[in-house]
Amino acid sequence: MISGLCASVITGLARLVTGVRGEWRGCEPAPGTRIYFANHNSHLDFVLIWSVLPRALRQVTRPVAGADYWLKGKVRQLVGERVFNAVLIDRAPASQEVNPVTRMIAALDDGASLILFPEGTRNLTEMRVLPFKRGLYHLAKAKPDVALIPVWIENLNRVMPKGEIVPIPLLCTVTFGAPVQVAAGEDKSSFLERAREALLALAPEGRDRP
Amino acid sequence: MTATEQSLLLFGGVLAVLVLASIVGFALARRHASSAPNPTIDNLNSRIKAWWLMVIVIGLAFAFGKAGIIILFTLASLAALREFITLTPTRRGDHAALAIGFFVVLPLQYYLIWIEWYGLYSIFIPVYAFLLLPIIVAVRGDTRDFMGRVAEIQWGLMICVFCLSHVPALITLPIPGFAGRGLLLIAFLVLVVQSGDVLQYVWGKLLGRHQIAPRLSPSKTVEGTVGGILSATLLGAALWWITPFSAWQAGLIALAINLMGFCGGLVMSAIKRDRGVKDWGWLIEGHGGVLDRLDSVIFAAPIFFHVTRYWWTP
Repeated sequence: MISGLCASVITGLARLVTGVRGEWRGCEPAPGTRIYFANHNSHLDFVLIWSVLPRALRQVTRPVAGADYWLKGKVRQLVGERVFNAVLIDRAPASQEVNPVTRMIAALDDGASLILFPEGTRNLTEMRVLPFKRGLYHLAKAKPDVALIPVWIENLNRVMPKGEIVPIPLLCTVTFGAPVQVAAGEDKSSFLERAREALLALAPEGRDRP
Repeated sequence: MTATEQSLLLFGGVLAVLVLASIVGFALARRHASSAPNPTIDNLNSRIKAWWLMVIVIGLAFAFGKAGIIILFTLASLAALREFITLTPTRRGDHAALAIGFFVVLPLQYYLIWIEWYGLYSIFIPVYAFLLLPIIVAVRGDTRDFMGRVAEIQWGLMICVFCLSHVPALITLPIPGFAGRGLLLIAFLVLVVQSGDVLQYVWGKLLGRHQIAPRLSPSKTVEGTVGGILSATLLGAALWWITPFSAWQAGLIALAINLMGFCGGLVMSAIKRDRGVKDWGWLIEGHGGVLDRLDSVIFAAPIFFHVTRYWWTP
């Protein structure tokens, strides 16, 4: 109840500051288990995706996030687990007790949809999208009936670039593309590259001055 | 008539026009309901709906007087600048200058209007912000395309903040025999310029044949422009009773601000074409962004302000 209220306040604020608009270009905001995979520039990326999802979809959509970030500090932990209902994964392979993909599959089996950032970390480089981590491929193989939807988040990196403390209000857009699937006989690296290109295809011409 | 009575009469008139427009829009939608979807009629109806909302918001701001109008235009400037900067290519090194533009320059400009300090608000952005912004960008040390980046931020502030703030600044003009009626000057400006836009659209849809600026604004026609500006000029003359002007003066001023408004539309269209977009944003359904609705007012307001100030204040 309180966490639902917090979620509404947070998405409301995000909408107010960024005027965010969802554009459903390749699919509809329909129910069903889905994995939204998006570009990652900011800690608030998944809040924007949340903000443009209809309420019913938002309630069953969980962001996948790094445990190293979200378990640091009591408040962050509470927000991450209660408000965002995040699926927390261990990003350092050495210490992994549970395979991250197993965690995500368990969440999908519970009926949740996921928001995933396959670049694995925030992209603070000049490159538009970093190469994808392999988790997306393993998920796609394990759950072939779950739709993988590319989602491009535009402009949030300009709202608050790395190292800045004051966000500036700019209009953001979240564009949803057509689902991608692993083709018969397709290997890991070519699928990951194809998924990455499907995401890049949604990006408008950049407003970052070269 | 008192100023309040005049305001109420004016709003009554606007509401009557909106009711009429809604009935026409509804009838058109009904008549075409059976045939294929008609984007022009759908757009017309969403425009009318948005007009209802805008008139209600402006009416509320009027009810709160000077404070209401200044808050309304502060928010409008924020929304306009946000749209402008969103479509402007920026670099990381611009961030501090942009933050100061949004959170210091913009509120300060409206504060200066609130305290009615004409000597400062009329030069604050063209002089002080003009010099301060390049200093901040230079200090950050990124020299790539320096001139272009600084100029675009300055231009955004001039258009979205400085020019637009001349609408609420009209209240501060000390016109002899017109004390306490400053809001009516704002009503005159907004009504004449916005109805100019609407009438150009209506005349264009009814009679438009020849494009007037095909490369900038393919939908603008000679017939629509001439018909719209002339009829809005007549409307301005007919509204002389809410202004300190005589009827022919009101008509001439209405003509001047409508011409400025038309040119404002062309200039802002040129920027949109260059950026490869049709609208500045999506905040007002059927119209596009806040800047799409305000481009004409932005270009007309400073001229209207200074014409009035030069000839009607001591």
